[in-house]
Amino acid sequence: MKRWIWLCLMVFAAPAHAVLNIEITGAGEHQTPVSLVRFAGDAAVAQGLLDIVGNDLSRTGLFKLVDPAGKSPHDPRDIRSAEWAGVEAVLIGTIEPQDEGKVAVKFRLLDLVRNAELLSQVVTAKEDQVRAISHRIADLVYERLTGSPGVFSTRIAYVSRDEGVYRLVVADSDGDNEQALLTSKEPIMSPAWSPDGRQIAYVSFEKRRAMVYVQSLTSRQRTLIADFPGSNSAPAWSPDGSRIAMVLTRDDESQIYIADSNGNHLRRVTYSEAIDTEPCFSPDGESLLFTSDRGGSPQIYRVSVKGGGAERLTFESGNAFSPRFHPDGKSFVFAHFNEGIFHIAVYDLESRQMQILTAGGWEKKPSYAPNGKMILFATEVQGRGILATVSSDGRVKQKMVAQRGDIREPMWGPFLK
Amino acid sequence: MKKLILSVLLLNLLAACGSNPPKEEVVEPATTSAAETAAPAAEAAADAQAAADAQAAADAQAAADAETAMLEKNSVYFPFDVDAVQDADRETIMNHAEYLASHPDARVRVEGNADERGSSEYNLGLGQRRAKNTKRALVLGGASDAQIETVSYGEEKPRCSDHNEACWAQNRRADIIYSAK
Repeated sequence: MKRWIWLCLMVFAAPAHAVLNIEITGAGEHQTPVSLVRFAGDAAVAQGLLDIVGNDLSRTGLFKLVDPAGKSPHDPRDIRSAEWAGVEAVLIGTIEPQDEGKVAVKFRLLDLVRNAELLSQVVTAKEDQVRAISHRIADLVYERLTGSPGVFSTRIAYVSRDEGVYRLVVADSDGDNEQALLTSKEPIMSPAWSPDGRQIAYVSFEKRRAMVYVQSLTSRQRTLIADFPGSNSAPAWSPDGSRIAMVLTRDDESQIYIADSNGNHLRRVTYSEAIDTEPCFSPDGESLLFTSDRGGSPQIYRVSVKGGGAERLTFESGNAFSPRFHPDGKSFVFAHFNEGIFHIAVYDLESRQMQILTAGGWEKKPSYAPNGKMILFATEVQGRGILATVSSDGRVKQKMVAQRGDIREPMWGPFLK
Repeated sequence: MKKLILSVLLLNLLAACGSNPPKEEVVEPATTSAAETAAPAAEAAADAQAAADAQAAADAQAAADAETAMLEKNSVYFPFDVDAVQDADRETIMNHAEYLASHPDARVRVEGNADERGSSEYNLGLGQRRAKNTKRALVLGGASDAQIETVSYGEEKPRCSDHNEACWAQNRRADIIYSAK
C-alpha cells in the first residue's frame, strides 16, 4: 500500500512541470545491444526503475535496447547464452523490502559475449530514492560499457519564465524531478554551479538591476556577493571553488573581475573599452575564455587569470558567444550566430578548427555534461524555450519539451562528490 | 506604465491647482443666452471673471498636457548591435534633458534593452552601454549627472517576442523612466 501511495505521489506531484515529451534523433556510430530485465520484487517499483534506466541509456544513442521477449532471469545461473543471440550485455536484479521502509536493490551486469560479470552491487535506500538509485544504476552500466562515467545522476539548472514569474530550477539530468530554488517577478539569469554541486551562483534583478547571488542547495541560504552600481553578472566558479569570476560595469564598460567566492578581494582581470563578458575558467584554473566585441563583433577570447593580453580564438564569419570548456580543456563549446540563426559549435584549441554540431535555430547557452559526452543547450519549439542536448560528436540529438513555461539559460551541473 | 500614468495625472492636477483653483461652476456651462441678456451688470462682471478664470485654467492645462505629451515619448531606439543615440531621437532626448534641467529634483532611471540576437550576458552589456550613452546625451542636453541612474535589462524584458526585425527594432531601446518629477 505504501508503495502505491509513493508512486501516486511521484506521478501526480510532478506533472505540473514535468517533461512531457522527449524526442531523440540520430544514433551513435556503434550501438551496443543491451537487454534490461525487469527486476524481481514489487512490480510497480521494478517497472519504474526499468523505465528510468532504459530512458537514460537510450537517450545517449549509444545503446540498442533489446526486448528480453518474456525471459526474466534474476540470477546469472538462469541465463542461457543461446537464448540471447545478438545481445552483448544484460542487466538483471532484485528489489527486496527491508525494515523502516527501505529497499535493497541488488543488480548485476553480465557480458554475454565474454561470459563475464561486469557489475555486481547492492544498494540500500529509502523507497523514495528509487529514482536516484535508477540513475545511479544507469551511470554504472554506462561506465562499464563505454569506459566513461555516466552523468544520469548529475543535475541541471535553468530558468523558467511563465506568465511573468521567473523560477530558478534545479532538475535531474533528464529534466524530471524539478525543484525551484528561487521564484521572482523580476528576471533571473546565468545560473552557475559550484564545482562541488552544492551551491549555485546566479544573476537576479529582484532589486531592479542585475546583482550576483550565491545560494546553497541544501540550506537554501543565499548571499549577495556583488551589488556595485550598474550591472553585476555572468558568475563563473574557479575549478577549486574558491573564486568566482564575474562581470561588473562599475568602472564603466562590462569588464571581467575575479573575487573570492564570498565576493571579497575583488580584482580586475580585463581592461578594454569593449564588452568583455561570459568568463569561463579553464579546467586547470589558469586561464579564462570570454566573449568580447573588442575586435568589432562579439567573438571568443582567452586571457590568463592574472590578466594581461587576450588572444582572439574565433575568426569565423558571424558572431560567437557563451564559451564553455570541455572538461579536458582541449576544446570549448559556444553559440555561433550567423545569417540570422544560432548553432551550437565546438572549437578545437589544438587544430584551431570550428565544427558546427546542430542544424541551427534559436540555440543558445551550451554547457558540457561533466563527462564531456553531451552538451545541454536552450532552443525553441513553436516560440517556446525548451531544453535540448546533442552528443559531443553531433550524432545524437534530443529535445525535452516541458508542459508549460519558457525555459532558458540551462547549465549542466558537476559530478556529485 | 501604470505608475507613470498616475504620476502624469498627479502632475496635471498639481499644475491646475497651482495656477488657478478650479471651481465647479466655472467648468459647467450653467448660463444660457436668455439668462445673459436679462442679467444685471454685476452678474455680467462675474461671468466675465469666470470666463477669464476658465481660460487661465485651460491654458495651464494645455501647457501641462503639452509637457506631459513631450515626456510621454520616453524611448530612444538603436540599430542592431549599435549603442550610439540616433539623430532621430534628438527631440526626445532634448525634451527630457530640458525638463530635468528645469526640475532639479526630478530623477530618472534609464533602462537599456537589447534584442535577442546575442547571448543574454552580451545583451546585458549592450543594454548597459545604451543606457550609458542615453544618459550622456541627457547630460549634454543640460540634465545633471546625479539625476540619472543607468541600468540594463539586456534581452530580459522584450516589448515584443517574435523573431523578426519589426519586433527586434522595438526591443533595441532605452527607456527614460521618472522616479521623481
